[in-house]
Amino acid sequence: MPNARKFKFSLPSPAGGRGVGGEGSRTLKFWLLFAALLLLPFVIDALLGRGWVRIADFALLYIMLALGLNIVVGYAGLLDLGYIAFFAVGAYCYALAGSPQLALAFPLLFPEGAHLSFWLVLPLAALLAGGFGVLLGAPTLRLRGDYLAIVTLGFGEIIRIFLNNLNAPVNLTNGPQGISRIDPVSVAGASLNSSQEILGITLPSVHLYFYLFLAIAALAIFVSHRLEGSRIGRAWMAIREDEIAAAAMGIDTRNLKLLAFAMGATFGGVSGALFAGFQSFVSPESFSLMESIMVLCMVVLGGMGNIAGVILGAILLALLPEALRHGAAPLQQALFGQIIIDPESLRMLLFGGALIVMMLYRPAGLLPSKVRRRELDTDEVTETA
Amino acid sequence: MMQTDMTALLQLNAIGKQFGGLRALDDVSLRIRRGEIYGLIGPNGAGKTTLFNVITGLYQPSAGEFRFDGNDYRGAKPHVLARAGIARTFQNIRLFANLSALENVMIGRHVRTRAGVFGALLHDRGTRDEERAITQRARELLRYVGVERDEHTLAKHLSYGEQRRLEIARALATEPQLLALDEPAAGMNATETGSLKVLLQTIRTDGVTVLLIEHDVKFIMGLCDRVAVLDYGKKIAEGMPEEVRNDPAVIDAYLGQETPRPQAGEGQG
Amino acid sequence: METFLQQIINGLIQGSVYALVALGYTMVYGILGLINFAHGEVVMVGAMLSLTALTALLGWGVPPALALALGLLFAMLGCMVLGYGIERVAYRPLRHAPRLAPLITAIGMSMVLQNLAMMIWGREYHAFPQLIDNTPHVIAGAIVNDIQIVIFLAALGIMAGLMFVVHRTRLGRAMRAVAENQHAAQLMGVDINRVVSITFMLGSAMAAVAGLMVSANYGIAHYYMGFLLGLKAFTAAVLGGIGNLRGAMLGGMLLGLIESLGAGYIGDLTGGFMGSNYQDVFAFFVLIAVLVFRPSGLLGERIAERA
Repeated sequence: MPNARKFKFSLPSPAGGRGVGGEGSRTLKFWLLFAALLLLPFVIDALLGRGWVRIADFALLYIMLALGLNIVVGYAGLLDLGYIAFFAVGAYCYALAGSPQLALAFPLLFPEGAHLSFWLVLPLAALLAGGFGVLLGAPTLRLRGDYLAIVTLGFGEIIRIFLNNLNAPVNLTNGPQGISRIDPVSVAGASLNSSQEILGITLPSVHLYFYLFLAIAALAIFVSHRLEGSRIGRAWMAIREDEIAAAAMGIDTRNLKLLAFAMGATFGGVSGALFAGFQSFVSPESFSLMESIMVLCMVVLGGMGNIAGVILGAILLALLPEALRHGAAPLQQALFGQIIIDPESLRMLLFGGALIVMMLYRPAGLLPSKVRRRELDTDEVTETA
Repeated sequence: MMQTDMTALLQLNAIGKQFGGLRALDDVSLRIRRGEIYGLIGPNGAGKTTLFNVITGLYQPSAGEFRFDGNDYRGAKPHVLARAGIARTFQNIRLFANLSALENVMIGRHVRTRAGVFGALLHDRGTRDEERAITQRARELLRYVGVERDEHTLAKHLSYGEQRRLEIARALATEPQLLALDEPAAGMNATETGSLKVLLQTIRTDGVTVLLIEHDVKFIMGLCDRVAVLDYGKKIAEGMPEEVRNDPAVIDAYLGQETPRPQAGEGQG
Repeated sequence: METFLQQIINGLIQGSVYALVALGYTMVYGILGLINFAHGEVVMVGAMLSLTALTALLGWGVPPALALALGLLFAMLGCMVLGYGIERVAYRPLRHAPRLAPLITAIGMSMVLQNLAMMIWGREYHAFPQLIDNTPHVIAGAIVNDIQIVIFLAALGIMAGLMFVVHRTRLGRAMRAVAENQHAAQLMGVDINRVVSITFMLGSAMAAVAGLMVSANYGIAHYYMGFLLGLKAFTAAVLGGIGNLRGAMLGGMLLGLIESLGAGYIGDLTGGFMGSNYQDVFAFFVLIAVLVFRPSGLLGERIAERA
């Protein structure tokens, strides 16, 4: 009997059931991957330098974000252009709970700020973001594609404007200056902002954050995967394909859409909280439309609805700015003797161009999802034959 | 207050539907009994699909009463009606194009199954059993309607006839008491129409009441127990197929006033 | 009372600009069922092109009136080419794709245009050359200056011109036919591609004028000015009933008034909690309110989805 229950990656296929053949090799692959990921920060550190480990940390945060948006856009087909608002909610939740900011806002209640434990704030951020997901999703339920996109864009902007202006009469967000001196993440009493020694090995801060983010990203992947192959996931996809037919088949489209928004928002909130702890600083600048579009880019580029594709998209887009910075600038110097296009503008230009090109030539994304499905299903057919 | 007729599965009383100035349905009353195959015919634009949309919750009636299985369902939303036991297919085929044939039918099982987010995440025994049952039932239904192709073929890649059958399988997956089919035989040749007829009769024998909209007269004649005729939103005739077919009002509706009716004393007509 | 009138006047001026841009959105939506997300950037390009042209022309000693005419022409032509290009590259190939696709390419196009503008014209706020003696006039305690009067009259004139084209010319008839039923129009011999291209070019030409107006009114041009303006103009189009030309004009004016009055009185309304720095929020709230409560807009028709 397959003991797939032991491993997170028991790979339930969307059509139900489990593959039997190759269970042993799958176990082996899983442990190899696990070992590789454990070693990865050291490898990157050695080959490329510590700065790149930090980039890898951000890449993991993007993966979480992209997976969250994937639920909304990829599974349920709801084009959300204001997704970064949930990231912002999570980030500011963490910031308020873990910095002196609350002391400024409510000096009587919190003379030094709240400074809640990481393990308390994370679920709090998730819950708050999920709540916002329902709040922002509720008015959009009857809207079609493009209108839905514009309204969610509007919500994203409204949140940003409020964050930027809620420094009076009560200073909740400290306006455009943002909130700084946010407590670092601390696990079991140890702060992740300083190196820690584990099992005789000294792990620098960026490595510690890598492992934390990796664990949570893995959880995100697990949740996405389970949802995708479930009754709920199928219902979402039905809504995406044809909402009227889905309703006619008994699917409560209202509740399921709200659920999609809530789940997607939760992912955003969690990664936002982690972001705030990692950066020690948040400001409304990081939560603009451009960021929402960037996350959308990751999902579209990688292949909407496809977990592996979305991860790939997130990694590519996380690496792009660095690749440009390290590649484009010297390249231009060599060719033209000066920098004509600064890497920042080049990045945005390439994003926009990529969106256009992807839609024109490869709308299914870099990794089409159906192909992967077939692979899993062949195993499953063998089982029941 | 309408009497509740206990032998009737679906009762419509004076149903009206207005779109601005246009009266799409006007005072339509029907009683469909359990186990019947009931046909709904009429010229294009008569309001047949509109009536379907009313009984499946896509439209709210402007007037009239709507009872199903003894309960009042006027104003109910589509998913509530599906849960109550009304399933339908669409005139223009509305399958989930980018999902496989199997997944399409599995989605039909949604309304009779329960697993939610926790079930999905925990993947406990109850959920696993339910998933297995869903897959199995979906496979059975695909065989039942006669879709032979690989179950993983995307719905959009199926042939036209297969797509129509798949839509029926999906509707059957919801375990309906009433199966409402909107022009199921459209675009089919004689052979396909023949096997569709057999399928619908089997479905009826297996306990599902069938309501269908069709234009193919022979199909209706050989299949339906009773037929209602709509024209300009009104019911102009109802009864056994043979009676209805010869009803002058029905002939008028289909042919308009161009064909002169034979008058006594004129030459050969 | 003075303040009130001032708000009204400001609102009407701003509103007429919104109306011009909203017409572009609504025409494209009426014909293609598509939100031309990049339209706001076309407005920005119009402003930048006219800035460049005017600066050059004035620098060569061309008299202001002529410079204005030439600069405007330059901007309009440039934007028409741009509009044509956008449609050909980003929308036409996707005419039969699911609705998500052209929306995404539109977003991409918007980003590309913004960044190209940033690279060409830089990140700074550019001062817009003053062309006419901007004499302020006082009407019942409120101030209107020459530029604002010109803007208002010109906008009205252009809108009237557009209505003439749409309702009195063969081209306009073709446009309306395509908006009603593309397939049938094609069968009647209308060249869809040509009509679509012309619609885009008309909208872009008006966008260019709007861009010039905004820059002249505020005295500055900036590469990011198109984004917010575009969104607000879109809101105006939706408010009036997307696809409806009169609706776009009405919506534009209304939105201008709402914004102006709102910003003026929000302090009083919220007891000091929110100030005029929240001005931009109004457009978004209006948009959401309209789409949730009355998606067909003020003058639009209810459309039921047929099963």
